[in-house]
Amino acid sequence: MNLDAKIPGGPLSQKWDKHRFDMKLVNPANKRKFEVIVVGSGLAGASAAASLAELGYCVKCFCFQDSPRRAHSIAAQGGINAAKNYQNDGDSVFRLFYDTVKGGDFRSREANVYRLAQVSNNIIDQCAAQGVPFAREYSGLLANRSFGGAQVSRTFYARGQTGQQLLLGAYQALSRQISLGTVQMFPRTEMLDLVVVQGHTKGIIARNLLTGEITAHAADAVVLGTGGYGNTFFLSTNAKGCNVSATWRACKKGAFFANPCYTQIHPTCIPVSGEHQSKLTLMSESLRNDGRVWVPKRKEDCPKPPGLVPESDRDYYLERKYPSFGNLAPRDISSRAAKEVCDEGRGIGPGGLGVYLDFADSIKRLGENVIRERYGNLFDMYEKITGENGYKVPMRIYPAVHYTMGGLWVDYNLMSNLPGLFVIGEANFSDHGANRLGASALMQGLADGYFILPYTIGHYFASAKIPRPSVSDPEFKKSEEDVRNTISKLLAVRGKRTATSLHRELGKLLWERCGMARNEAGLQTALKRIPELREEFWKNVNVTGGSGDLNQALEYAGRVADFMEFAEMLCFDALHRRESCGGHFREEFQTAEGEARRDDENFACVAAWEYQSPGRAPVLHEEPLVYEEVHMSTRSYK
Amino acid sequence: MNLTLKVWRQKDAAAPGHFETCQARDVLQDMSFLEMLDVVNEDLLARGKEPIAFDSDCREGICGMCSLVINGIPHGGQRGTATCQLHMRHFKDGETITIEPWRAKAFPLVKDLIVNRSAFDRIIQAGGFISAYTGGAPDANAITVPKPTADAAMDAAACIGCGACVAVCKNASAMLFVAAKVSHLNLLPQGKAEKDKRVWSMVSQMDKEGFGNCTVTASCEAVCPKEISLNFIAKMNRDYAIATLKGE
Repeated sequence: MNLDAKIPGGPLSQKWDKHRFDMKLVNPANKRKFEVIVVGSGLAGASAAASLAELGYCVKCFCFQDSPRRAHSIAAQGGINAAKNYQNDGDSVFRLFYDTVKGGDFRSREANVYRLAQVSNNIIDQCAAQGVPFAREYSGLLANRSFGGAQVSRTFYARGQTGQQLLLGAYQALSRQISLGTVQMFPRTEMLDLVVVQGHTKGIIARNLLTGEITAHAADAVVLGTGGYGNTFFLSTNAKGCNVSATWRACKKGAFFANPCYTQIHPTCIPVSGEHQSKLTLMSESLRNDGRVWVPKRKEDCPKPPGLVPESDRDYYLERKYPSFGNLAPRDISSRAAKEVCDEGRGIGPGGLGVYLDFADSIKRLGENVIRERYGNLFDMYEKITGENGYKVPMRIYPAVHYTMGGLWVDYNLMSNLPGLFVIGEANFSDHGANRLGASALMQGLADGYFILPYTIGHYFASAKIPRPSVSDPEFKKSEEDVRNTISKLLAVRGKRTATSLHRELGKLLWERCGMARNEAGLQTALKRIPELREEFWKNVNVTGGSGDLNQALEYAGRVADFMEFAEMLCFDALHRRESCGGHFREEFQTAEGEARRDDENFACVAAWEYQSPGRAPVLHEEPLVYEEVHMSTRSYK
Repeated sequence: MNLTLKVWRQKDAAAPGHFETCQARDVLQDMSFLEMLDVVNEDLLARGKEPIAFDSDCREGICGMCSLVINGIPHGGQRGTATCQLHMRHFKDGETITIEPWRAKAFPLVKDLIVNRSAFDRIIQAGGFISAYTGGAPDANAITVPKPTADAAMDAAACIGCGACVAVCKNASAMLFVAAKVSHLNLLPQGKAEKDKRVWSMVSQMDKEGFGNCTVTASCEAVCPKEISLNFIAKMNRDYAIATLKGE
């Protein structure tokens, strides 16, 4: 199958403008005749649902939480990038574009990233107009900070709660549309299947989590803003409820999954404390602006309290290895460097899986008050979880699965290979390549929802002109039956193991074999073990209760069943990509200094996988990545 | 450590509820309160019993989904902390812990420890927004906001909508929640145009949902995981009085 990204012609800087003019419009009076289903109410989903409703479309929005205000975008701390150049430090649309392409290790689509940088400025305007309480200078103008490996100050923020404030802005816009009757909201409702009628996506099957009722919903298009698949690893910084089910079930219906092996391991998380751990907590990497990362030079010093390790015996390894970026080296590089020093036996804390993030120098230079003003809530959070005071003793941090750059394949219009299925935010694969830069997730989620999808979806409606089927169509009936069967199957097993214990085992396997560093033998082991684990799941999982009311064990087991299938595709992709790039590090492909070695000749492409059937390897489709404006260089942060 | 839990169990809103006693064994200090409940639930599942239903999602104190009354106090009484961030090092070996759901007429019970807080969403829908259509915004720096104003708006906007303020209040009043949103938006220049209508609509909706009145006991401020100040209620009352005088 030919994967056509539908990138418009013309110079890079004019593609989006030209495309916006070339796209067909839907007559304002006709918009209310089109129904759109939006699954997910995070930054991407909520902003899309609100903006589409404002345009006049009839929108149905679904989320599994009790309110659309709780989606996991809310947990983003650090900030949102934009090319405003308010600081006069040399930023521009082109620089933000270039940094993002380079940060993504030249594995993202040039035209998409350029457009992202262009609309970044509109996002800040929009959010300020909505009343997002961004940080301000005494002049009353917006404040910025430098963030996550950027050499300009382009990050806008609202204390350490930027994601929360941006999400509440989108939630409030969505709430306004709900009150106007243009959006019908379905909280505590989970999408369990995608319905494709004659090649076009025309609806979903959903389950009401309170009553267990299964309902079919028909629409003219379906938008998935359902987030990433980090929880496949069991332990990640995602919320407990985050799952791959919506995108995976779309994949099983024919949507291609692109680059699943690009998983981002975030360097600054609170280390694991024991087997009981249910999730990991991220500390914003803005902390790296003022904190210095170190471990003892000698193994023998590791058990000592940090205060007893003299300055001369400390290894500030990021500053040593990457003098120009130092502690601000990008996420993939910082994470791997932490793993290296821990592998050498120089890690600190329980199990030797941790490094110090030390604020002593900054406190001496700026005073504790300044540090408290900048990061107070993060220090409080750290103390709540660990019982330690980060102002007095260095924090302990370790990398954890955080964000997933891979996702459903989409073209320039954010439409998947299944016509009528649009995928936005973290759920798609499009803008971050093999590694996402800090403060770019919020930017992409809102870019897709506010400023890109509302245009491109209209073009689809105006060109496709496929009538909306009724929910009595056989395809709906069949999907509904499949969903009911899966639920009955889960309840019928009555085995001996809980879904949690099976999920934890899967996560451990992935973390060890397909985590921060991967190799062929390890991936082969994982690919052998995953089907066995899946079999064990279906033979031995224990789901109590029934399907006719609120049953959290059942919801969770359904999600774990999907992780068990998806994990295999993740490993297939990691095995196939015989190079190291961004979040994907293959031990066989590294330089003499241990840095990632890309293979542009063979792998400057998107790997989009087509699901076959249970137990059969997925089929690969490649989209070549062509760089017209930027030169593919070796990423160096030395 | 080993603990005895007295947990509220209730099949649904119609069924009568009761306390059930269960044991939490080998609890570690570093566990969060919810991780302790996870372990208890794993044990219940292993014994073929139905696990305790409770809400949680982000487990880092920001989504506002978790909602437990622990030993009589919403979120357990550690200052500025949501249930999911409460850790077991604050409890003692052998202790008995009572766990209940939020209790308020406007938050009907769903199951065990889960309640329905959609009344909060309807209050926001009544006016908790600035009507800024996507696309029509001026340059973000065109409107300056004095830093103290922006900081005060942020203090109010930090509310996570968990409902602890309602759960602790003897009147089941939602004034702190409503005041936080009214203040966040009414303080900012962008929110001034709809200031009167906003406060009036949101307060009317609050009354309609069956939340009680405020008698300024300040228990809401004490349990708020984001430590939202009671002063915002005073501000809302002033805004409400002005809106009423103007005939909103």
